[in-house]
Amino acid sequence: MPSDEAGVGGGFPIASEARGVLEAARREGRALTETERAIAQIEAFTPEEAEARIRMAEAPPEDPGIRRPMVINLGPQHPSTHGVLRLITELDGEVILDIHPIVGYLHTGIEKQCENKTYWQAVTLVTRMDYLSPYFNTLAYCLAVERLLDLEIPDRAKFLRVIMCEVNRIASHLVWLGTSGLELGAISAFFYTYRERDKALDLGEMISGERMNTRYFQVGGCAQDMPDGFEGELRRFIGEMPSRIDEYEQLLSNNQIWLDRTRGVGILPVDELIGLGVTGPALRAAGVAHDLRKAAPYSGYEHFDFDVPVATDGDVYARYTVRIREMRESVRIIEQALDGIPEGRHIADDRKVVLPPREELAVSMEALIHHFKLVTEGFHVPAGEVYAAVESPRGEMGCYVVSDGGPKPYRCHMRDPSFVNLQALRPMAKGSYLADLIAMIGSMDNVMGGVDR
Amino acid sequence: MERADREGRGLSDLRDLIDASCPGAVVDEIESHGELTIEIARERLLEVARFLAAPPAAFRLLSDVACADFPDEPGRFRLAYQLYSLDSGARVRLRVWAGADDPEVDSVVPVWPTANWHEREVYDLMGVRFRGHPDLARIAMPDDWEGHPLRKDYPLGGEEVTFTDAV
Repeated sequence: MPSDEAGVGGGFPIASEARGVLEAARREGRALTETERAIAQIEAFTPEEAEARIRMAEAPPEDPGIRRPMVINLGPQHPSTHGVLRLITELDGEVILDIHPIVGYLHTGIEKQCENKTYWQAVTLVTRMDYLSPYFNTLAYCLAVERLLDLEIPDRAKFLRVIMCEVNRIASHLVWLGTSGLELGAISAFFYTYRERDKALDLGEMISGERMNTRYFQVGGCAQDMPDGFEGELRRFIGEMPSRIDEYEQLLSNNQIWLDRTRGVGILPVDELIGLGVTGPALRAAGVAHDLRKAAPYSGYEHFDFDVPVATDGDVYARYTVRIREMRESVRIIEQALDGIPEGRHIADDRKVVLPPREELAVSMEALIHHFKLVTEGFHVPAGEVYAAVESPRGEMGCYVVSDGGPKPYRCHMRDPSFVNLQALRPMAKGSYLADLIAMIGSMDNVMGGVDR
Repeated sequence: MERADREGRGLSDLRDLIDASCPGAVVDEIESHGELTIEIARERLLEVARFLAAPPAAFRLLSDVACADFPDEPGRFRLAYQLYSLDSGARVRLRVWAGADDPEVDSVVPVWPTANWHEREVYDLMGVRFRGHPDLARIAMPDDWEGHPLRKDYPLGGEEVTFTDAV
């Protein structure tokens, strides 16, 4: 097959990519980096050296018996990479010698766009990052902005936030459980989990009007109080959830194929996990009882009685058991929150930050002025910087906001747990079987929307 | 009042610790919104990072590395390292100014391996280089992208739409 016009590389799509990275390195006058060498499939450090290598490689190999690692390009469009994750995988037979994760396919510049939106508009953007945990994205962001504003949040709003976060945690874990099962051949788990996940999304629709990517959490509290009938639906949901979780466990926990595929797979030493910044269920499955809801309670989590599930094996199965037990704890938290939810406002009563009630606009001039100012100009946030972190289904979801005193964030950076945890995949996969790689990807529960932002 | 006292002592404790073992490395110390920021001289970052990651400070978890662009400041690129202690639950933020021309700081990957992708992201989006980084490739933008989109002088909107040639 003739190579492309620039004479670089051996075929589609590596050729144009190789050209891209060589060009970038030449322009910046630097050596090729490790990832760039993997993309271009060249073991060379300078662009010139790389081109010489490519010319050599185009000549037919002298010894057909030579043993070379096979390179497989897994993704970015692959059903078991949980979105658009691309892994350049070097194989010796079925054993993985090395993988190079390539991310960025979903990069939409959300952080840059936030700088061009007012604080209240940016909520709509950050909710779309990790699309399986919209409530956690917005909670981290709102907590950061509220801390900058020194804004006090009503207790009822805190409880509403806890309720929706835990519903979201269950929904997110259900997606993880269903898709992880699907990838390892346990197809029925997918149908069972998506049934309940849909009910969780229905609850979100009832309270916020949207099933996914809601902007229910606002700076100052929540968009509205629980609508009529919501509490009954939610009680029905948490009432049936424990028996549903039993069903999932009956499908998987003692399933010999599931055990064979998950036990002893994807283990990393605890120190290495911490060094790599891994948090959430993946860290707790290795025996570290670190949960920000306990370690640094936010939004009133100190009022709830719940356990932090921990396992010791640190393998894919341990992560499975931790997440299963986390769903049970979430049910407990929702129950307590519903029973103990205080009366009061669902959002702070600060007209400089929070929109006035809709019905006041027709009768109050002040309300109209506040509304107009907030919608057109937005509210000003005192200069400063804060980092607020919450425990998302995947680990520490942090939001770093820098304000220059204006109505738009000067800088808004999200620390997404998927982005950080994904780094652990490479040391985990080295030396294991290719088939186990799929189990590992699933067990880390990375959401590529959050990785790339 | 009592709370402020406790926090006040806690702050100077950490600064005293750093001052004792890395004299002159701390440039400034800011406490606001209940968060502690310690500004470190650029060339001393790796030394302070090594010290803070080990006992007695034991900030074993590096939560995040972020950068903000201040074109009017002499240091221009302000890096923020969010450290977390798994033992005490304490948080501290290290601040380093990377410099306006040829922004470059030491990579902290030898201390916290998790910094690998964070620093790649900062390099990709802000153009700050990290000395000694094992693999400083772009991570979010395409490999052959020109410019660093999160800089304040990079336009938002109005740029040509990429990949239109691919249809």
